[in-house]
Amino acid sequence: MRELLNIIFTAQFLHSVFRVTTPILFASLGAVIANRAGVANIALEGIMLISAFFGVFGSAATGSALGGFLIALLSGLICSGILALFTLYYRANVILGGIAINSLASGGTVFLLYLFTGDKGSSTSVASKTLPEIAIPVLKDIPFLGDILSGQNVMTYLAFIMILVVAVFLGKTTLGYHIRAVGENLKAAESVGINVKLTQTIALLLSGLLCACGGAFMSMGYLSSFTRDMVSGRGWIAVAAEAIGRSNPIGTAAASIAFGFFNAIATAASTVGWASSLVQTIPYVSTLIGLFAFSYKEYLKLKKR
Amino acid sequence: MSREKSFHVLRTTVALIIAMLAAFAVIFMVSDTPIESIRLFILGPFSKPRYIGNIINTAIPLIFSGLSMAVVFQASQFNMGAEGIFYFSGAVISLIAIWVPLPVGVHQVVIILAAAVIGALIMLIPGYLKAKYGASELVTSLMMNSILLGLGSYLMTRVLQDPMASNGSYPYLDTAKIPVIIPAFKVHYGLFIALLCVAAVSVFLYKTKWGYEIRMVGINAKFASYSGINIVKTIIIAHLVSGAIAGIGGSVESIAMHTRFEWNGLPGYGFTGALIAMLANNNPVSVIYAALFVAYLSTGADIVARLSDVPAEMSTILQSLIILLIASERFLHSFKQRWMERGIAK
Repeated sequence: MRELLNIIFTAQFLHSVFRVTTPILFASLGAVIANRAGVANIALEGIMLISAFFGVFGSAATGSALGGFLIALLSGLICSGILALFTLYYRANVILGGIAINSLASGGTVFLLYLFTGDKGSSTSVASKTLPEIAIPVLKDIPFLGDILSGQNVMTYLAFIMILVVAVFLGKTTLGYHIRAVGENLKAAESVGINVKLTQTIALLLSGLLCACGGAFMSMGYLSSFTRDMVSGRGWIAVAAEAIGRSNPIGTAAASIAFGFFNAIATAASTVGWASSLVQTIPYVSTLIGLFAFSYKEYLKLKKR
Repeated sequence: MSREKSFHVLRTTVALIIAMLAAFAVIFMVSDTPIESIRLFILGPFSKPRYIGNIINTAIPLIFSGLSMAVVFQASQFNMGAEGIFYFSGAVISLIAIWVPLPVGVHQVVIILAAAVIGALIMLIPGYLKAKYGASELVTSLMMNSILLGLGSYLMTRVLQDPMASNGSYPYLDTAKIPVIIPAFKVHYGLFIALLCVAAVSVFLYKTKWGYEIRMVGINAKFASYSGINIVKTIIIAHLVSGAIAGIGGSVESIAMHTRFEWNGLPGYGFTGALIAMLANNNPVSVIYAALFVAYLSTGADIVARLSDVPAEMSTILQSLIILLIASERFLHSFKQRWMERGIAK
């Protein structure tokens, strides 16, 4: 325990909290936008996985990290487009549609991975690129704080910027206003001439783009290759973060950071020799407890009324 | 058969045909010998008695997971926990199968009952959290799956792991194993346990008060509540039954198909169970056919992967596509309209 505490108060550990929060944050912000439009996007996990895959192979094909990133975005867009097509236009149950996309991602990426590399485990044999880490001038020279905040991956900065962008987008723009109107009262939104389906489609597509950012970070930043099922539940943790944050970008971000913290603890604990099979469950246990605490609070509130 | 029902059959068939055509398209794109691969995929599973036996043996755990999902789906609960329960109950009953000497017959029964209890207890957590506090059972059950995987592999490395085996527990006692019925087909007696469960779940859902309440809550929870059904209790019962079935499935699969505990990860039955429940329209008896069909697909995909050049993950892709099509209310909707109208006009 002592050893673990020693690790937790290092700049290196706090640096890693931001790093592991990144994919969860992207996905949970994606969940916020979709949920505000009244469609629960539970395909976050699958969309991240697919874009992680296409980021790696896109960067190998184009020979540039930016190319890979753009292809990852495109794949996220297509994926969420398929989800929108089936759930909004063919009226598939949102949850079943999401489950289908997730399993399609899980099986499909392994299928393609094997076709391209002859390996079903990882893409290490592919010469893929990674997204750069950025040293921030001035900040990087401040002791401790500089070690924590500077030198993060470009996607980590983007993720934290996105908190504000999503908040402003939902709160201040016309499209954001439409999205909230549709989510709050579909019929009323329709009656004032808002195109409900189109708005929901746009929300899902934006949600897919954010997930794609998270996915690209997974395979081109967090790790430098694609491995089978590498998103490992982060999409679901993001779903929980969004619920706990009550679809509010700031609250959701706070919950994501909390989960990121537990993820980082899990990594730190396994380096000091705790049983790795148990340590790996820490993020999921914390999510379960977080979700329970949140639901309990809501329950008490409901009961008082 | 009512028009509504026959439409469901028709729609399912069309979805399956489309998914199969998509599979052929994929095979054409990736295989060097597409015709041969398709032939293997379609006819391969029937080419040897062993393969036919393989279809049935693959279908057995799928019947359990399909039933487990059908029960929660009937109550409109999206719980994916069968996956984790399969794995974890397999790990825990390995303790009994390895170290508790019991006479043949008793041993299997003890194992299966223990697994049912374990499964039900595990499902109690997402079930209670949902029923009482409204916590999304989908998210909690998925978190539980990852937690159970961690606990199971801890049990494996700390207790079960046989130092002499490269990757597996100590071998099960012979008294614990479920034997094969017909050697040529290698089909095991777990088939009867699965069919027994189908019968039990059918009676439970359609002939008991609790089963009726589960279906009512599934159709319209508010209405069920107004008519005096205790929703909290009903949702919890659906979860308990579902968990018990998944637990039984995990134990049967372990002691029938394995001589020691050797799962390294979640075996994937939970998701396939969701597909099967959907194909079966959540009807317990139809689960048998759906499970056989999916087992046929995955056996075909395995054969192609082994004898030709198409990865076995093709069957997962196929299954996802089938789910998407069947879940889509509007799929063939305009046809349905005309078909129903004609029925009324008569």
